[in-house]
Amino acid sequence: MMPNWGVCMSIKFVRRGVLAGMASAAMMLIVGAPAIAQETIKVGILHSLSGTMAISETTLKDVMLMLIEEQNKKGGVLGRKLEAVVVDPASNWPLFAEKARELITQHKVAAVFGCWTSVSRKSVLPVFKELNNILFYPVQYEGEESERNVFYTGAAPNQQAIPAVDYLMSKDGGDVKRWVLAGTDYVYPRTTNRILEAYLKAKGVAAEDIMINYTPFGHSDWQTIVSNVKKFGSAGKKTAVVSTINGDANVPFYKELANQGVKATDIPVVAFSVGEEELAGVDTSNLVGHLAAWNYFQSVKNPANAEFIAKWQAFTKNPKRVTNDPMEAHVVGFNMWIKAIEKAGTTDTDKVIDALPGIEAANLTGGMSKMLPNHHITKPVMIGEIRADGQFDVVWQTKGLVAGDAWSDFLEGSKDLEADWVGKKCGNFNTKINKCGS
Amino acid sequence: MIQVRAFCAAVISLFAFLMFAPAAQADFASSLARFAQDEFSETALAIDEIAASGGSRAQQVLEALGSARLFVDPASKKVYWRAATSDRTIHDAANGEPVADPPAGLQVVRINNRLRGATLNAIGALTLMAPDPARRRAAAESIFKSRDASALAPLEAAIKNEKDPAIAALFAQARAVLMLAEPQTTKDQQLEAISILRMRADIGAIAALRSISATADADVKALAADAVTAIEARLKLMSHVQNVWYGLSLGSVLLLAAIGLAITFGVMGVINMAHGEMVMLGAYTTFVVQEVFRAYAPAWFDWSLAVALPLAFLFTGLVGVAIERGVIRFLYGRPLETLLATWGVSLILQQAVRTIFGPSNREVGAPSYMSGAFDLLGLSVTWGRMWIIVFTLFVFVSLLLALKHTSLGLHMRAVTQNRRMASAMGIRTPWVDAMTFGLGSGLAGIAGVALSQIDNVSPNLGQSYIIDSFMVVVFGGVGNLWGTLVSAFALGVANKFLEPVAGAVLAKIFILVLLILFIQKRPRGLFALKGRAVEA
Repeated sequence: MMPNWGVCMSIKFVRRGVLAGMASAAMMLIVGAPAIAQETIKVGILHSLSGTMAISETTLKDVMLMLIEEQNKKGGVLGRKLEAVVVDPASNWPLFAEKARELITQHKVAAVFGCWTSVSRKSVLPVFKELNNILFYPVQYEGEESERNVFYTGAAPNQQAIPAVDYLMSKDGGDVKRWVLAGTDYVYPRTTNRILEAYLKAKGVAAEDIMINYTPFGHSDWQTIVSNVKKFGSAGKKTAVVSTINGDANVPFYKELANQGVKATDIPVVAFSVGEEELAGVDTSNLVGHLAAWNYFQSVKNPANAEFIAKWQAFTKNPKRVTNDPMEAHVVGFNMWIKAIEKAGTTDTDKVIDALPGIEAANLTGGMSKMLPNHHITKPVMIGEIRADGQFDVVWQTKGLVAGDAWSDFLEGSKDLEADWVGKKCGNFNTKINKCGS
Repeated sequence: MIQVRAFCAAVISLFAFLMFAPAAQADFASSLARFAQDEFSETALAIDEIAASGGSRAQQVLEALGSARLFVDPASKKVYWRAATSDRTIHDAANGEPVADPPAGLQVVRINNRLRGATLNAIGALTLMAPDPARRRAAAESIFKSRDASALAPLEAAIKNEKDPAIAALFAQARAVLMLAEPQTTKDQQLEAISILRMRADIGAIAALRSISATADADVKALAADAVTAIEARLKLMSHVQNVWYGLSLGSVLLLAAIGLAITFGVMGVINMAHGEMVMLGAYTTFVVQEVFRAYAPAWFDWSLAVALPLAFLFTGLVGVAIERGVIRFLYGRPLETLLATWGVSLILQQAVRTIFGPSNREVGAPSYMSGAFDLLGLSVTWGRMWIIVFTLFVFVSLLLALKHTSLGLHMRAVTQNRRMASAMGIRTPWVDAMTFGLGSGLAGIAGVALSQIDNVSPNLGQSYIIDSFMVVVFGGVGNLWGTLVSAFALGVANKFLEPVAGAVLAKIFILVLLILFIQKRPRGLFALKGRAVEA
């Protein structure tokens, strides 16, 4: 475990304001050459290190520290070293906005890498707009958003949910005809399920063949729901569960599935929020064959991935430490940001935002991801089956990379919208009335 | 009738023989070679061919494939298997002989769900005659689920051979499903199949009955629809029983989580926000014990919970005593400060665990007697839940006995009823306070051992139970153990009856609203203590 840097940094920088003059004077005295006292480029890291989301977000903080350390070994960027500024928004959504403000105004960071839940992202949006800074958001999300100051390196629904459903409908996926959409009760699952429902109906699935179920955060008693799923699956048509269940609730859900004997060969469960990290707490021998859709799996065989895993395990001094999809999103996002700074020749927010679209960076699955004008990136989509050792076997993947679509083509009101920050300088351009703004 | 069936069986088996015959001639070695291609379509062909070749050799290969024990040497394209995941001996798949020096870099043959299903079906057909009754049972179930028509011939043969009437009934049900799916079956056979399925009366039977094609005879369809209605009516009745059972199970979890709080908050009156963290520490104790077992005595893993229970009780009990001596004793009579102080303690404990064990979930395994489910009159009962109910009642009874019949229990009751009188009688009240708090914390610890079986073992484990625990204790009546029992089961059952109607989110809200209304009416809970103790 890393110590809580946030606290140390805050103290350091509060003092810095007071002692600024003295410090630089001292530096000059010690170093003797004012030219070398180049200021570092500060990178904000806005991930919860305590509270409910710490389980997922702490890892992302660590991966950012590793990336920054590595970049500095290569000599930093534009001849300046990078410096991480870590704050802890403690899984508290309003605190995310406060901490974002602190990062930008006090620490003067060049960009922020952070947030996990959609509600935390929504809470920091106004801050990034007002103070004009850059946020890299690494988690798969519900779409229906494109902001000038945010770069979405996680998957949009068309890069995860839709391909997963397509796979299940295919012969290899089991020719599924009946669907349970189960999710945690908040914005990401609700929007994703709305999109999926519209998509399934467009594909000719009848309304009575779709069951939608929501549970509260941290739901731990799944007996009723799992037995309802079993009942729903007994109608003589192949049934699958599409799970947008988030966070802590997954472990008891999978334990109940295993105990009630729901096998992947009978009713497969495809999850959008369950990765290697989440499965770490579960005995997966009874869950073999259940699925997850992501844009990256640790088990992908690839030299770049092998190198990353080795570095990560060395950095965390834990040879069993797993990697997951949002980590890869940060790797891609960070490399794109570095390239954009090099292209722009400055860390100035506006210039970097303009430089980013079109930038390409290698992802860890062997492709080149590209930042698109809608601030989403291109990604491969993969379906993995859970193995007995808690890793995933990739059983299907898209031929090429899929471009992220900010506004779903399957929702009324959103299908006419288009995001283009290069040509149209607009996040929600309405193609029907040819005007910016829905 | 029987003659017709026998004739049909003969025709079908002849048909099956004709179908299998060319495939059986396919060379076993060339079938194996298909695995080395690492293509799902090739693996699918290999499964069909090997299944058709039959024999124990095929069975070994398919079972290894189904449980990821089949390997390919990428260099020589040869195929190998292991008898069990833990067994290091490598066998050559071509002849089943153990290999002395297996090649390095063996890769598992990958399969997906479709192939996994096909493998299970093939194994099902191959193991219909297995000497082990459990395997024959599993084979019947897998054919019943797969409705794989090619299994009909081996199934007919197996039915003739079967001595065990229970398994014979399963075979008959499996055959009934296949008959219904088969287009050639006569009307009489279909009607008979429906009546067999009607006897089975579970959701699997409904699924089979619903899948009858629309072109079937009107009588057949009517009988099938009738059977479905009958089974559904029975299942509906069962679902109420099931709700009660789930409610009891949820209630037992609530009771287990709350029982420690019933002591620290109920009896002592300490608003103990760190209660949930005691549960968490108990769960982490289980994790540590299991890690030790995994490292030093994997064969004794089933005993890990038995070892973890007393250790968790002692450890969390000691932590409880330390908290009481270190913090709470200075704050008696100041509930607000106690609340804040114990909340602070809970945050410290959470972050300490996060620092030591990391923020992610830890895996706590289920001993064999706690995994899986069994069927009780059509009700699927999971072993883990059942043991938790038994365990909770055991803890509850032990606690009652301890309070009634031990000297510590007597002192505790004396101190809570009249502290000054007890003190005047020579009872060391501070010591009793510490012990009582330790007991409550220890109980939370053993709750953690049980909850580690059904929930996350993460630093946040405690937070998800603290609200529910307070709810149970307050609803039951502060200071009354029986009240806690009744309230936990009442909340559990009410929740489970609301959940199918209102959904999990609304059910929880309804329960909270009902609880608030109830507390308005009866502020002291279900079973309020009467007399002087209330004022103390």
